Amino acid sequence: MGSSERTVFENPVVEWIDSRLPVFTMMQKEYGVFPTPKNFNYLWNFGAIAMFMLVTMIVTGIVLAMHYTADVTQSFDAVERIMRDVNGGWLLRYMHSNGGSFFFIAVYIHIFRGMYYGSYKQPRELLWILGVVIFILMMATAFIGYVLPWGQMSLWGATVITNLFSAIPLVGDSIVTLLWGGFSVDNPTLTRFFALHYLLPFVIFAVVFLHIWALHVTGSNNPLGLEPKTEKDTLPFHPYYTMKDSFGVVVFLLLYAYVVFFAPNMLGHPDNYIPANSLVTPAHIVPEWYFLPFYAMLRAITFDIGIPFTDIVIISAKLGGVITMFGSLLLWLVLPWLDTHPLRSARFRPLYKKLLILLVLDFIFLGYVGSQAADATLLGIPLSVFGLIATGLYFAYFIVILPWLSKNEKGRELPASIHEAVLAKNKK
Amino acid sequence: MTADSEDRRDFLYLTGAAFGAVGVACAVAPMINSLNPAKDTLALASTEVDISAIPVGESKTVMWRGKPVFIKHRTAEEIAEARKVNVDVLPDKQSDEDRVEKPEWLVVVGICTHLGCVPVGQKTSDAHGDYDGWFCPCHGSHYDTSARIRKGPAPKNLAVPPYEFISDTVIRIG
Ligand code: HEM
Ligand code: FES
Repeated sequence: MGSSERTVFENPVVEWIDSRLPVFTMMQKEYGVFPTPKNFNYLWNFGAIAMFMLVTMIVTGIVLAMHYTADVTQSFDAVERIMRDVNGGWLLRYMHSNGGSFFFIAVYIHIFRGMYYGSYKQPRELLWILGVVIFILMMATAFIGYVLPWGQMSLWGATVITNLFSAIPLVGDSIVTLLWGGFSVDNPTLTRFFALHYLLPFVIFAVVFLHIWALHVTGSNNPLGLEPKTEKDTLPFHPYYTMKDSFGVVVFLLLYAYVVFFAPNMLGHPDNYIPANSLVTPAHIVPEWYFLPFYAMLRAITFDIGIPFTDIVIISAKLGGVITMFGSLLLWLVLPWLDTHPLRSARFRPLYKKLLILLVLDFIFLGYVGSQAADATLLGIPLSVFGLIATGLYFAYFIVILPWLSKNEKGRELPASIHEAVLAKNKK
Repeated sequence: MTADSEDRRDFLYLTGAAFGAVGVACAVAPMINSLNPAKDTLALASTEVDISAIPVGESKTVMWRGKPVFIKHRTAEEIAEARKVNVDVLPDKQSDEDRVEKPEWLVVVGICTHLGCVPVGQKTSDAHGDYDGWFCPCHGSHYDTSARIRKGPAPKNLAVPPYEFISDTVIRIG
């Protein structure tokens, strides 16, 4: 970072600083002239959009924290006070609660982009893994944040999810007591969750830094999945992509602002406007929408796995659900080694493309299953049966289909270079 | 450097690293331990309940360690129903006799052993599930009149907390 070649700046103040701490040189190199493939489409905007959302969450969160109190007797009222009495408090809270949703929208699209164009493949495996780590940290942060307003869904969502850990053999119950700091989700839980909710976004920020660092070592992938070979294949990041990213952020902001101002409770659950009550469980506990597919996988396992015709249970239904849910994310971590096909982009892999789209539909269907009550039915068949099938398909895609395609899919012929592909397209 | 001094150096590195690791573990342990239940939380760990006002067939919910405890004054039919079951067919095999101090009083922690919801069935007007006891609406677990799991994803019977009859009308839980 330190001793590499320095740009000379005309402005004496900038030059004075840069010769002592070359931050301007770094910015110039990484965001000014940084060579970037010239064929990006709009799916490449979502990294910048996600970054924008992370900053929005941190800024609104810090201001909210100035009005918030973590205490089971006060939190619900503190949030209501933010909504009614704090100047513009409603705006801050709606920006923060809907900001979580829009952050996830951006990141889900960003992840899909990575899968569609094979951005996780060699040499970008670590970049991808850091991305999955960010996603897991985001899930933890959002889950913990949802507990803070201390409504009914806060309490019961936290109860159900922390209880998952009790499925771990032998130490499960001690781990849950340790998480709770007591014998149920209560004041000690709320205060530690607030501390962690404040901390984790900054951990995310640090991992994002590593993620972008890794990106700037390998350079960006692009819709063709070809590595840039000559200068003709790239453009300097500024002004081309600073402009395009800004445009994308503004369009995304329009949608976000629409929801914040006109439908701020659309994505939330009304039960969370009822103060937490540890004696009454809501009839239907649902997590925030962005967790639903994973929640469906958790609930898909409703049977014990054991030695047939005996009572010996090796994996209880509860543990099975937990393993399935975490496993579904661990698969993303090892994705670069499940899909070893030499072609990156789905554009040149017709079969892969179709199956990936099926995976997305399967994932969305799982979201629907997760949103329904546990005893719901579809076409007269218990929904849990569909949940199990969809979960099976999800795992089959990663464990069976991808390795099979890697060996057997022929793929289309690649253009000679990004530049030539762009020219050929423009001629048409 | 001679091979001998290289060996010594490796040994120093390894012992240095090992001591460092143990030191870090020792430093982290009290921080993790501080997250365990504090003394005041533990002090709330026992509670006395007057049960004289609970009519036969009804129940009462009290808080113990931040959790609801169901105290049910069972009817003769409910006791008979709980006792006629063949224990071998139960998912979590336990006889009714092992779950009560006095047959007419059932005392259990009202937390579903699946993922911790509070089952319904405390009021006579509530749903009681397929086995006349309690029903957990979260993922559909059915408990019988001894609060044993009969159907659904919960792995275990509702837990019996430690309790004793201090007198005929007062119990101490915890
Ligand atoms: C990764 C970034 C973040 C995410 C995904 C996130 C997510 C959430 C969510 C989903 C809620 C519940 C909103 C509701 O239903 O009311 C929440 C609440 C809250 N968050 Fe964050 N948050 C983030 C960053 C931060 C930061 C950096 C702070 C600074 C301390 C913060 C402070 C708060 C506070 C005080 C609340 C409670 C007030 C309320 O419920 O509106 N958050 N957060
Ligand atoms: S928590 Fe009771 S059935 Fe899941």
